[in-house]
Amino acid sequence: MMTGLGATVTRAGRRLLSSLPALFGVLVFTFLLMRVLPGDPAVFFASGPNAGKEEIEQIRKQMGLDKSVPEQLVFYLSDIGQGNLGRSMMTGQPVLKDLRERLPASLELTFTALLIALIAAVPLGVIAALRPGSVVDHGVRLFCALGVCVPTFVSGLLLIYVFYYLLGLAPDPTGRIDVFTSLPPQRTGFLLIDFLLAGDVEGWWTACKQLILPAVSMALFVIAPLARITRASMLVSLGSDFVRTARSVGLSWRKVVVTYALRNAILPVITIAGIVFSTMLGANVLVEKVFSWPGVASYALDALLSSDYAPVQGFVLLMASLFVLVNLVVDICYGIADPRVSIE
Amino acid sequence: MSEELLRIDDLHVAFSTRRGMVEAVRGVTLTVKAGEMLGLVGESGSGKSVTGFATTRLLDAAGRVTGGKILFRGQDVTKLRGDELRQLQGAAMSMIFQNPRAALNPIRAIGLQIADAILTHKRISKEAARAEALDLLRAVQIRDPEQRMNAYPHELSGGMCQRVMIAIAISCNPALLIADEPTTGLDVTTQKVVMDLLADIAAARGMATILITHDLGLAARYCRRIAVMERGRIVEEASPSTLFSAPQHAYTRRLVAASPTATSRIEDLVTEEERERYPAIVSKPRQEPAHGTPPLLEVRKLAKRFDQGSAAVADFSMTMAGGESVGLVGESGSGKSTTSRMICRLIDPSEGDIVFDGQSIGHVASRDFHRSPLRKDIQMVFQDPNESLNPRFTAFDCIAHPLMRLDGMRAGEALRQRVVECAQRVGLPLDLLPRFPHQLSGGQKARVGIARAIACQPRLLVLDEPTAALDVSVQAVVLQLLDRLRRENDIALLFVSHDLNVVRMLCDRTIVLHNGGIVEQGESRALFDNPKTDYTRKLVEAIPHIETGPTLAAAL
Repeated sequence: MMTGLGATVTRAGRRLLSSLPALFGVLVFTFLLMRVLPGDPAVFFASGPNAGKEEIEQIRKQMGLDKSVPEQLVFYLSDIGQGNLGRSMMTGQPVLKDLRERLPASLELTFTALLIALIAAVPLGVIAALRPGSVVDHGVRLFCALGVCVPTFVSGLLLIYVFYYLLGLAPDPTGRIDVFTSLPPQRTGFLLIDFLLAGDVEGWWTACKQLILPAVSMALFVIAPLARITRASMLVSLGSDFVRTARSVGLSWRKVVVTYALRNAILPVITIAGIVFSTMLGANVLVEKVFSWPGVASYALDALLSSDYAPVQGFVLLMASLFVLVNLVVDICYGIADPRVSIE
Repeated sequence: MSEELLRIDDLHVAFSTRRGMVEAVRGVTLTVKAGEMLGLVGESGSGKSVTGFATTRLLDAAGRVTGGKILFRGQDVTKLRGDELRQLQGAAMSMIFQNPRAALNPIRAIGLQIADAILTHKRISKEAARAEALDLLRAVQIRDPEQRMNAYPHELSGGMCQRVMIAIAISCNPALLIADEPTTGLDVTTQKVVMDLLADIAAARGMATILITHDLGLAARYCRRIAVMERGRIVEEASPSTLFSAPQHAYTRRLVAASPTATSRIEDLVTEEERERYPAIVSKPRQEPAHGTPPLLEVRKLAKRFDQGSAAVADFSMTMAGGESVGLVGESGSGKSTTSRMICRLIDPSEGDIVFDGQSIGHVASRDFHRSPLRKDIQMVFQDPNESLNPRFTAFDCIAHPLMRLDGMRAGEALRQRVVECAQRVGLPLDLLPRFPHQLSGGQKARVGIARAIACQPRLLVLDEPTAALDVSVQAVVLQLLDRLRRENDIALLFVSHDLNVVRMLCDRTIVLHNGGIVEQGESRALFDNPKTDYTRKLVEAIPHIETGPTLAAAL
């Protein structure tokens, strides 16, 4: 067992090392892209539309934009090397601090959405695979198609309309918590966990209610790919020789479907879930906007619109690192779930 | 012992396909007595496996019993539902499958899988089930059973996996065991060990066994009674000796004849009409090469190492004269395929040299060899006719492809004629040329593969188990074709196979490989009749024998 653990750690370390060049590439590429995009931050951050040429030049000099692009890149890289992501012109705070404050909100939302999606998608996929071509199968297909067709902001608005405006069940969609609840002492940044740690059940429920609608509207979008891959892989699994073996000795239906078929079928779902998670984290900007969620994606969008270089670069770097990390976690999960992987 | 355990009465099974219902089994009637071993023999598509699956109620969703009864201890199995059925499966009858590695759950430790089967039918604790599973692993003679309990199927060899499968099947002492091609795909020596084990266990526990196989020799060795199936019907049922000495049905006669034995010759395997112009060619004495002719192929001290592992092949040397046929035999992992691939220049040797027709080709990198003028002189026929043909190429394209690539021919009448000529040489009906591989039968695909290989008139043909995936009757025809081509065109054949009976017939000389090294080599008949090493003797003894009496020859 020890050797297995050691091998996993070595493998993980090697994977992290091998992803460094890709991260570096992302870094440089984003830097150059930001320089190519139209829009001059100096003009944007000048005191007003009447700011004189000299004032703009002054700001430009302050920001180091008067130097050549390669020089700027070197400065930027050396800053990154020291763990300094720069300062946001919008908020006036260091980007690292901004991201640190906002990332937990995004992560909490994405994790919850993914959890909801998996809880819905895996059973749907399994049911569809157990009765291929049946009414249930077609129902699942239709549901999945709808989930993909309807953009997240539409489904988000629809959910708000129904549950907040018509039924009044949900709280007003303004951020992670309503104005009357006091925040728990910050430990993890995940409100649900912090409230629990503080023993504040009422606060936890408030945060939960705020979270449910945005999480569901994000989940609706990714249920489709997860359910489809579950169905496809479950069909292969159910048709495989070892499931036939399991049936040949009369194992109970539950044992055949869950222990034999599903556990094998879940392997590709893990991979897809990892990809879906990374995509959601960056692409949930629309949901964050609709629900005024203080996440990193809406932060990056605002920064992009005001030509604020540092936060956008910081965001892209964060996303790339998270993507590497998520892939690593998926690999490790895969290694645990499938004994065949570790010997390769 | 004479109690009737299973009675299948006029069984019909149909599969719904895109082209409507297809009847796979049409009116099978047979009985199995308690404790006996019955052989159910037939070629692919004869419905033997479907009969087995119908009995254990494991048919695919597309398959349905459309008529007849399957009475197990007087109870009609086809009518059972839900729990009644599950109480039968595993506890009263169980099944062993063809591909043992795929038949086991890849991500569950084998000990748990055996315990799963036990816990389904016995109300005992998990620890007790685990202990029973351990006993079963001992019963199927797995070494270090304690450690193997936690092993996963991919960590075990094919033979080991089949033992585990047997352990699962016998875990609840069923009265009936259905073994569906239990040793197909295993080495001959492993086959013998697994079959002996299965027979011993069945005898010791008084289990009746239905052995479903395509191998008449195997059935004859282990069964007292054999039922022969053809196209969904049982055409003959008899004891092995009667079956071989006096087969009644025409199909049985063909099957018996086509099964290679220690003494059979290629011309014996096929029926009169299939022999075509073969006898005339065989009778023509082969021209001995003039004294001092350099060998066509000379292999010197060839070795192959993969990564940092030990050598897959080491110190392999051989020579071949033009038009000679040499067999390369050995079990899986003996390095025979690696060797043949190096000689074909599909992979690079680590050491040693290959000299073909006086030119050293061992040092030409394998990825550049396709540009060598010798590429068309060395061609290969691959094992699986399904996998080795491009599914998007018609038979015509397949044969034309090497002509265009290696002979530089352009599409046109000349190419057409060459392709037609190749097809005729391998006996491929010309109206099949526009067909795609999936529209051809196994034997037809094998012919396309051979036609493709001989299209550029090679001087050396390397055949990697060319008949392993074929039915015996098709194999017989293909073997005859290969031998005819060799004699007509003076093509040297390097024949890689695990089937010693086939090698004995086809090859002048045989090389026995074991663990990457040559164990023994010599003239084929002498080598097989008087093996000098223990390993060769073990191989030869493991082949199931068929005793053919003189009556058979008379019947043909």
